Amino acid sequence: MRYAMAVDTRKCVGCSDCVVACQTENDVPHGFCREWVVETMNGTYPQLEIEIRSERCNHCINAPCVRCCPTGASHFAEGGIVIVEHNKCIGCGACMASCPYDARYPHPSGYVDKCTFCIHRIKEGLKPACAAVCPTKCIYFGDLNDPNSDVSVVLKKRKSKTLIPEAGTKPQLYFLI
Amino acid sequence: MASRRDFIKISAMGAGVLVLTKGTFGAAKLLTSPDEAKKLKVDLKRTPTYCEVCFWKCAGWVYKTSEGKIWKIIGNDEDQHSNGRFCPRGTGGVGMYYDEDRLKTPLIRVEERGRQVFREASWDEALDYVASKMKDISSKYGSESMALFTHGNGSSYFTNLMKAFGSANIAEPSYAQCKGPRDEAFLATFGEEVYSPEVTDIRDTKCLVLIGSHIGENMHNGQIQEMSDAIDKGVTIITVDPRFSTAAGKSKYWLPIKPSTDIALLLSWIHEIIYNNYYDKNYVEKYCSGFDKLKEHVRDFTPEWAYGITTIKPDLIRKTAKEMSNASPAVIIHPGRHVTWYGDDTQRVRAIAILNALLGSWGRRGGFYRPAKYEVPSAKIPKYAEPKKAWTDLFPGKYPIASSPVSNLLIDGSIPGNKPAYPIKGWIVNATNLISSIPDQANTLKAIQNLDLLVAVDTMPMEITGWADVVLPECTYLERYDVLRVSPHRKPALALRMPAAEPMNNTRSAYNIARGLALKLDLGAYFPFEKQEELLDWQLKQVGSSLEEMQRIGVKTKEREADDLYFAENENVTFSTDSGKIELYSKSIEQAGFDPLPKYTAHEEPSEGYYRLIYGRTPQHTFGRTSNNPNLTDLMHENTVWINPKISKAWGLINGQYIWLKNQDGVISNFKIKVRVTERIRWDSVYMVHGFGHSQKQMKRCFGKGASDTRLITKVLTDPLMGGTGMRSNFVTFVTENSEKEVAS
Amino acid sequence: MEEELLVSGRMNHLIDPQLNIWHWEIPLYLFLGGMAAGILSIAALYFIRGREKDYSTAVRLTPFLAPVLLVLGLIALFIDLRHRLFFWQLYVNIRLQSPMSWGAWVLMVITPVSFIWCALHIKDIFPNWDWKFKWIYEIESFFNKYKKVLAWIMLIYGIILGIYTGILLSAFNARPLWNTSILGPLFLASGLSAGAAATLILSNDKAERKQFARIDLVLIGIELFFIIHMFMGFLASTQVQIEAAKLFLGGPYTVTFWIFVVILGMLIPALLEFMELGKFHIPAIVPAVLVIFGSLMLRFIIVYAGQVSRWLY
Repeated sequence: MRYAMAVDTRKCVGCSDCVVACQTENDVPHGFCREWVVETMNGTYPQLEIEIRSERCNHCINAPCVRCCPTGASHFAEGGIVIVEHNKCIGCGACMASCPYDARYPHPSGYVDKCTFCIHRIKEGLKPACAAVCPTKCIYFGDLNDPNSDVSVVLKKRKSKTLIPEAGTKPQLYFLI
Repeated sequence: MASRRDFIKISAMGAGVLVLTKGTFGAAKLLTSPDEAKKLKVDLKRTPTYCEVCFWKCAGWVYKTSEGKIWKIIGNDEDQHSNGRFCPRGTGGVGMYYDEDRLKTPLIRVEERGRQVFREASWDEALDYVASKMKDISSKYGSESMALFTHGNGSSYFTNLMKAFGSANIAEPSYAQCKGPRDEAFLATFGEEVYSPEVTDIRDTKCLVLIGSHIGENMHNGQIQEMSDAIDKGVTIITVDPRFSTAAGKSKYWLPIKPSTDIALLLSWIHEIIYNNYYDKNYVEKYCSGFDKLKEHVRDFTPEWAYGITTIKPDLIRKTAKEMSNASPAVIIHPGRHVTWYGDDTQRVRAIAILNALLGSWGRRGGFYRPAKYEVPSAKIPKYAEPKKAWTDLFPGKYPIASSPVSNLLIDGSIPGNKPAYPIKGWIVNATNLISSIPDQANTLKAIQNLDLLVAVDTMPMEITGWADVVLPECTYLERYDVLRVSPHRKPALALRMPAAEPMNNTRSAYNIARGLALKLDLGAYFPFEKQEELLDWQLKQVGSSLEEMQRIGVKTKEREADDLYFAENENVTFSTDSGKIELYSKSIEQAGFDPLPKYTAHEEPSEGYYRLIYGRTPQHTFGRTSNNPNLTDLMHENTVWINPKISKAWGLINGQYIWLKNQDGVISNFKIKVRVTERIRWDSVYMVHGFGHSQKQMKRCFGKGASDTRLITKVLTDPLMGGTGMRSNFVTFVTENSEKEVAS
Repeated sequence: MEEELLVSGRMNHLIDPQLNIWHWEIPLYLFLGGMAAGILSIAALYFIRGREKDYSTAVRLTPFLAPVLLVLGLIALFIDLRHRLFFWQLYVNIRLQSPMSWGAWVLMVITPVSFIWCALHIKDIFPNWDWKFKWIYEIESFFNKYKKVLAWIMLIYGIILGIYTGILLSAFNARPLWNTSILGPLFLASGLSAGAAATLILSNDKAERKQFARIDLVLIGIELFFIIHMFMGFLASTQVQIEAAKLFLGGPYTVTFWIFVVILGMLIPALLEFMELGKFHIPAIVPAVLVIFGSLMLRFIIVYAGQVSRWLY
């Protein structure tokens, strides 16, 4: 099982619903976010193009944050989801320094927090909160090893990219372009 | 009351128990780690509601923790408005409930040691005060001198109250400040308005033409969802906008039009479609009148003519006209929603309506569908006394096409200097922040100074409350019942709103407030049900449901009575116009003394060093209503002013710099605004999101953040047909150093 | 024009607008640990080579600084943790891929070792020291018997301590400034240099001081070589590394780095020590303090500047 997510940049409008839904679902403290939306724009008026992406932790296969954790709090759960076990985390900050995507943040309670692909929802057969709420339905989630899952189907149909592939982390968040 | 009102900054007051959860501010801690989901039996309670953060009214579920605290809001899968997915403001609605800056208790304006302040009062006191003042006004001037400005679901209760009281001067700013012109234009053309949610069949359309509509930035939930579905199906989107909007970013064609010239473009499209025979001949022959007059009217409006005015190249105009026609009848020239731009807006939307009619999209799949709704009876109440004076009597002859009362006209009627036929002396303002929604703030304030009574009903201490005599705090939609939602859609549907929590502090629902006031005015007979639950249960039983059922399912949809979502092939349709046909040439508008066919008029352009102020929406906020919502300020806490790099270079402005804006009348923005240097905006304009620049200190998160565009909209181009206030003819220049102190309100 | 911006208002404390999770505690610990490593490695090395009598300060006296430095360093590390109640998790888990885990365990070994080493030489400072308990005397004689083994342990762990801090930083390839394998050896050299400088201050023996001045000179030369090599590597690498190098070549850290670390911390002490060797009498304390200062500043600047260097936005 290899969980992955694909975001269709053609449909994403940057409404940030994913960010708010994640915040309420996961009780993310105010002032922090597990996901964020980025707009890249280039050209000169009126020859312009825009790409909007909903980003979060990439749950990399080659996750540096798991490698560098001194206690093993940062570990791989089912399907390759990268999870922090709160009571094993000492708050040393190594994982935050090691993430090229700056996906982690220091939770006010002391441990390090980040997107969990809503593993508590996946266990109930639900989709992550962001995928479930997205009004444009541009967030696809599923098991890459299952050829019939949403994400496998859409990745086969469309061209996609990942962010900073040269960092070598093998991210599992794909952007359909 | 003192003869001159001061703006009172509502300080942090409020007895009453502030219900805040422990742990992190915001939703209660339910799951602190993924492991806890296993431990906690996820036995969540949920109650149905429909959202009040904007007018889309998506139905959903409020989930609560096992301790009964509001946790999150999720869409109801059965709901046609949201299809189970709420927008960011709806999802962030929990923040409205938990906002500690909410109004907590009724307030009455008093004079204390030479200063005007608010004193906390009990509901009895506050309602007594309002009732006695209303009776004063009624005896001195007549009941018609009371006016109601309202928005949202509480409107029906306050409308009931006002009509019972004897006044029909009830205005919704969403008419004259927003969608009024388009409703009149479609009424004049098709005999029917476009409704809310708009009856645009976006999910099946092949070509979507947006005139300024920034779907994707305006978060019309259903429309964004359907546009996304349409994108998957390969829709062609044509966006006409001087700004590279998000929708433009997803468009096949973006027409970077010169601002204020849209009518010219529309007329040239009409010309192309008629003279190239692209139009739907059968449809036009069968359903439309006035075609020949229209054809003659647009004879000279060629793409070349339009090019000179709009700067859109002729071949692009031709290409897009052809594109639209190829898609016909599955084409939508979107009517828009906020269309009060230049004062000739009814005529512009008339052109849009005509274009739709020519392409045969009205009543066809992929165009506009026929909505259906539940007919729910109202409570049996005594007949209203017919008011002796109507709003149209205030300034006879003005705005003849308006089918709803015009808010700005009522405001003008409150200023003696305008010599209205009778004075408006008292306002009840429900759930609308007039200071931010009505342009020409100075005029609104002048009106307010002449009032004997100003009552503000609101959940937050918005600017209007600072001018009120009495502030009545309403609880949020998560804490109350409300009217049944019977909005029209593809299938008739009912949605129930029920409280997920008790009203916080000393707040009450709109029903409660209106009924309480009615009782004080001896008008209790108009609110026969003491509890809303009883009224709702009675209403639901009349349509084959019950309160108990709706509490369980939230949304009830039924099949249409007939298979008439679209016109059947060759169906004989009678339209509700004078002629019974779609009036391409509008006789009713002609009779009122205006152009029966739209004409292009040039509008004012900015002078040297000034830039047209264009404003718009962001999907993360609903106007100024959510500016203080903690979940949403996390996303966006201030607006920025978009400036083209050529201009910023000439002015020496850099990205991230804070400046003031000064308009053509010398009015300076109340707070500084951050500069965003971007190619997305035309060099002759600047853009900012509406709803920031709040000046009520009690709203701690949004006070002083960003700037208010309303403050800079001092020049209003009023639509002579129906009173719509055109707001896009204001021009601003940049001020990098400002010695003026911050201005209140 | 190219624009890249965050639409959703992200401003995570300590992460945005740039990484700022490690403050003075970490560079201080890196310095203290590095200097302790230097002191202990040199002490162990000379003991093993049988030069205890020639360099008695280095072998017997300077190591008394080590436990103090290590304990202070551990305190700094502890303060830096954000979830302190769970710090013990470091010692019930060992993760071979995590340099931080090595560090925790290495410290776990070398701190007691340094205490023991000092205990063995306590009579150098307090001639009348009395352990009072027979079993402690028995332990003392045990360690004295196996002093050479102890010294080897101290040497190896000392070197690991000195080098792992650099490896720890260089493992974070998300921070391009740190992502160079030269950082480990550079920190080791810097630590050894600081350790040698400590002996330079404490020693009364002219010959010993001369030797350590020479050692420092060599180490400074090695450090300069590493630094030049590091920058050449950055500038020949990818764009993010070039941006990282630019922080020191015209960017915000240029002045602090070149003046505090290179000029004050390396070049001037080297010059002074050259002059000392050439028979000009300079109070030894001056170059030694400068070297220690430079070593401290090196850690501070690398840690702070590294958090500024990034891949994105």
